[in-house]
Amino acid sequence: MNIVVLVKHVPDATADRRFESDNTVDRAGVDGLLSELDEYAVEQALQIKEKSDGDVTVTALSVGPEQAADAVRKALQMGADSGVLVSDDAIAGSDAVATSLVLAKAVSKIGEGGSVDLVVTGMASTDAGTSLVPAMLAERLGLPQVTFASVVETQGDQIRAKRDGDAATEVIGATLPVLLSVTDQTGEARYPSFKGIMAAKKKPLDTWSLSDLGVDAGEVGLDAAWTAVEETTARPPRTAGEIVTDEDGSGATALAEFLASKKFI
Amino acid sequence: MSEILVLVDHVDGSVRKTTNELLTIARRLGEPSAVYIGSGEAPVDALKRFGAEKIYAVDDAEIKGYLVAPKAEVLAQLAEKTSPGAILIPSSAEGKEIAGRLAIKISSGVITDAVDVADSGVTTQSVFAGSFTVSAKVTKGTPIITVKPNSAAPEEVDGAGAVEQFAATISDGAKTAQIVASQPRQSTGRPELTEAAIVVSGGRGTGGDFSAVEALADALGAAVGASRAAVDSGWKPHTFQVGQTGKVVSPQLYVANGISGAIQHRAGMQTSKTIVAVNKDDEAPIFELVDFGVVGDLHTVLPALTEEINKRK
Repeated sequence: MNIVVLVKHVPDATADRRFESDNTVDRAGVDGLLSELDEYAVEQALQIKEKSDGDVTVTALSVGPEQAADAVRKALQMGADSGVLVSDDAIAGSDAVATSLVLAKAVSKIGEGGSVDLVVTGMASTDAGTSLVPAMLAERLGLPQVTFASVVETQGDQIRAKRDGDAATEVIGATLPVLLSVTDQTGEARYPSFKGIMAAKKKPLDTWSLSDLGVDAGEVGLDAAWTAVEETTARPPRTAGEIVTDEDGSGATALAEFLASKKFI
Repeated sequence: MSEILVLVDHVDGSVRKTTNELLTIARRLGEPSAVYIGSGEAPVDALKRFGAEKIYAVDDAEIKGYLVAPKAEVLAQLAEKTSPGAILIPSSAEGKEIAGRLAIKISSGVITDAVDVADSGVTTQSVFAGSFTVSAKVTKGTPIITVKPNSAAPEEVDGAGAVEQFAATISDGAKTAQIVASQPRQSTGRPELTEAAIVVSGGRGTGGDFSAVEALADALGAAVGASRAAVDSGWKPHTFQVGQTGKVVSPQLYVANGISGAIQHRAGMQTSKTIVAVNKDDEAPIFELVDFGVVGDLHTVLPALTEEINKRK
């Protein structure tokens, strides 16, 4: 079985994230890392491999600037077998539409001479967070989408997943090949072991450009985006309000007074 | 004026409030046409009441057993038939996925998680855990916009509500991710988390006992939420989680109890109008956000507050 897991290199959510003057996310000036939500995808891909009797290969795939190789490397350290980074200056500023195009071509190339049976992604990125790419990629690859899974089970070519929706909790079933996205409810992602970190140094990590994939540079990047950001504005920080310390019930009284002054009670 | 397609959010024909908000926004852009995918009669009165001029009723017999893809096909076929000015979809997990697939099908740009849409079609979004506001516009094809709950005050206005049955052709390829089982969510009797005007949440500091949080919520007529720590501890199901990987809420009042205020949680509540917190730790980061904070034990502060509120009623 051939599994591709998508990993995104994102600005650290605990750092001071910001935009460039062209309204794209500042990816160079803020420390980046593997998106936390993609760690769950790597974990599930590895668990499927470990539980399988057959021969399973896990390839970590990312699209991004050079430093995005760090995200792929982290996936290799966790246990993925090989990595691919698609990097090209022309890709900068791409929207979800163009990103899904590049990913679709890359997944197809990884499957050359065989097939990709399972594409695993996180539920969203921690930067743009649109959750669009998994659905768009499934559409482009013509794959069933089993998405927002909180529990995943595979048996042979069958996959079952639990999905907690707004109105109902559902069990989704499909036959491979499938695009699977997983939530943080699937379970803690492993930390790379020392052995894993050493082993990762010997694992293949290929870098592909757009021409390797046969994608025209005019189809991607900021200018080709189907949406345009007009303005980004930093929200003024919330000014700290009044803090009181509770002593013998004074806290509840003061809070009730505050809520009454705002007409909540 | 062109038609604006609004995908109706409903549970077994009962229309949810988000639909009224979307219809209200649709009137700014053109003539609202509701797209009802369901079984039985379309809820005409409910949709007319918020300005639906047309209602496309699509029987879901062939659709409901499958995830996402068939609904995207329905909208793509309706878009081809009506050449709408825009397509509005609720910003739920499924709504965003439908929007994603639809965008590829009809070669149109998509914007997710709008908190406002101006009559020019320019959207407003809140990003980076609420620390930035972004305005954006779709520049190619038919704008597809997913809109978050509470993004507009629903305005009642009589629409013509002309019903048209629409028979969509669903491809075999769209019927591949099957819904094998479905367990409807138990109603808590409280408001929906994402729609509520007031949300009262509990975190690690509850120690697993949510009774004081729930009693306060009921006194305020509020929804109950939980932090990721509380959900990971198994104290509340994931459907209660407020935060980046749970629900993002923006109520008039948010009351955080025993929640430290990590970035994961802030991402889900930072845009609330008024924020109040009760926490034993006076250095908890949540206090940087609050309009009013009480340093104290929630197990004593909340019951006293609940009693005080009930007394004032």
